[in-house]
Amino acid sequence: MTFTTVAAPRSYARTPRRGPVTRLLEDERWLAIVLLLPTVVLLGLFIAYPFIKGIMLSVTDTKVGVPGHFVGLQNFVNVWHDGIFRVAVWNTCIYTAIATIFKLALGLWLAVLLNNNFKGKAFTRAFILLPFIIPTVLSTLAWKWMFDPTFSVINWGLYRLGIIDHRINWLGDPDLALISVIIVNVWRGVPFFAISLLAGLQTISPELHEAAAIDGARAWQRFRHVTWPLLLPVTLVVMLFSVIQTFADFQLVYVLTGGGPANATQLFSTYAYQIGIGTGLLSQGATISLAVFPVLLVVVIVQLFYIRKAETH
Amino acid sequence: MAEVALQNLNKNFDEVYAVRDVNLAIHDKEFIVLVGPSGCGKTTTLRMVAGLESISSGRILIDDKVINDLPPMDRDIAMVFQNYALYPHMSVYDNMAFGLKMRKFDRADIGRRVQEAAQILGIEQLLQRKPRQLSGGQRQRVALGRAIVRHPQVFLFDEPLSNLDAKLRVQMRVELKKLHDWLGTTAIYVTHDQVEAMTLGDRVVVMRDGLVQQVGEPLELYNEPANRFVAGFLGSPAMNFATVRVREADGVLWAENNGIRIRVLGQTAGRLRRHAGEQVTMGIRPEDLHLASAADPLELGFDAVIEVVEKLGSEILLDVAVGETTMVASVEPHVRVGVHEKLRLAINPERLHFFDTTSEVVI
Repeated sequence: MTFTTVAAPRSYARTPRRGPVTRLLEDERWLAIVLLLPTVVLLGLFIAYPFIKGIMLSVTDTKVGVPGHFVGLQNFVNVWHDGIFRVAVWNTCIYTAIATIFKLALGLWLAVLLNNNFKGKAFTRAFILLPFIIPTVLSTLAWKWMFDPTFSVINWGLYRLGIIDHRINWLGDPDLALISVIIVNVWRGVPFFAISLLAGLQTISPELHEAAAIDGARAWQRFRHVTWPLLLPVTLVVMLFSVIQTFADFQLVYVLTGGGPANATQLFSTYAYQIGIGTGLLSQGATISLAVFPVLLVVVIVQLFYIRKAETH
Repeated sequence: MAEVALQNLNKNFDEVYAVRDVNLAIHDKEFIVLVGPSGCGKTTTLRMVAGLESISSGRILIDDKVINDLPPMDRDIAMVFQNYALYPHMSVYDNMAFGLKMRKFDRADIGRRVQEAAQILGIEQLLQRKPRQLSGGQRQRVALGRAIVRHPQVFLFDEPLSNLDAKLRVQMRVELKKLHDWLGTTAIYVTHDQVEAMTLGDRVVVMRDGLVQQVGEPLELYNEPANRFVAGFLGSPAMNFATVRVREADGVLWAENNGIRIRVLGQTAGRLRRHAGEQVTMGIRPEDLHLASAADPLELGFDAVIEVVEKLGSEILLDVAVGETTMVASVEPHVRVGVHEKLRLAINPERLHFFDTTSEVVI
């Protein structure tokens, strides 16, 4: 047998001197700063600056083209007494609550289905993502067409099936408009739930289901006692993201109804846009936007608390 | 009381057979071990008994009742998984109680049974803990506890010790044996570890490529392997094999190759005689080789050159070259030998095995 000779480690004194930049980056403190810098710049520029600017705007009476003066909390008082604002708050809550519940239920259902083995699994999983990857404005325009009082394919289908005998004015009727907008939001949001929950499901060992099956648990009991509790942390995180996004949803409503008819689908963001950009009352718009902040903060804190609790259990 | 019968059992995925024509009658209270290399079909067989894998053809009976189409929960079996499969979000108590709750036992009964099982396994103080707060050995006990609380008819074990470290594995092996002796429940145990198979099984089933190679008591398999595979699989270090030519001269039978010339005696010679002039595979276990002394006849030994010396304390393993073949011999621990030394090894003539070189079946 032959042995190759192993070279003795070179002593540090003989290693060639490294350049000043290399030496600086060898220092973990400097390296940390260098690595954090891009993120800090991006977040500062696009999140922190607009946020602070928003707060500053909200305490002035700035309008487009008119530099404002400090007015204290006057804008907040105005908003508080604004009937449309209250409608928008109510709509946003309803919109978020109902859409999230349906997205969760349908997403979970899809995820459980997709977690099974079947032919064309990979294709279906990719296909499911379509509503999520099509630009929202594009898909929403398609929905607008489907909800059109004259050309609605939904109406046509329901009529042919004999379910309705007159045209339904999906986006024109105040009650139906909110429902329609929620339907589109659910349609667009389900893939995110489905794929995220599917990822969560795949971390649950199939052995646990087998053990439960041998233990005498039927399909529903296995879901109730094994799948659901183990999926809960993922579910809560997905819901957290979804609630934040739905609460601040804009494009969908803007394209479909613009907040109408008669503010029936007016949300926080669409109203803030309408006042701030549409009417040019920048400070008032900023105030409406900021009003979302405490609500979302509470939601986030409560959910993070539950996530931590679910994870330690 | 539970007898398990596997009749012409098959599992195939199109052309590929995972399990092929397995026939096995497992007696009541028997501890039977399925052993073989990975992919030999032992786990698939077990999962078919559990109801976790569909049966392609054949029948499985528990106490003369066909259970092919019964769901797992209605088979009255309990299974211990390789990775324990404890419910991570439940306490030890709830893990053990789960099966009873699902079967609608009343609370008092559940409590009593869990306590009893915990006592047997020595995990009473762990009942409130979560699985991740337990060591591997403790998890193993909980998994066992979950199986025994239900007093099932049959226990199924799927490599339950393979995730434990070597020392704990030996300890749990002994405890499993005691537990089985005490409970007396019919058990089917799957492992790839031949030592586990030999020590635990009342009977051992050796499998390869979905086929049963041999069924029998551990020592029966060890001493009278049915084919070369079983001979090589059981025993550590493994049996030595050498290709030899059978030659008959003046009524005496010799097994020869370049380096070996051994006289074959007794019944072995009788069986080998019709292979005279042919090549066969000769097998001899390391412990059936010893350093030749003056008392050993010349025709029952051969010369060898030591290549490696492995001192294990209780024995010394000599890796030796005999002509073109290499062999391992287990010798007394006090023998003084060195690498490259020449020595003469003698065999125990009654412990020689011969196999057909092509079919590998014992001669």
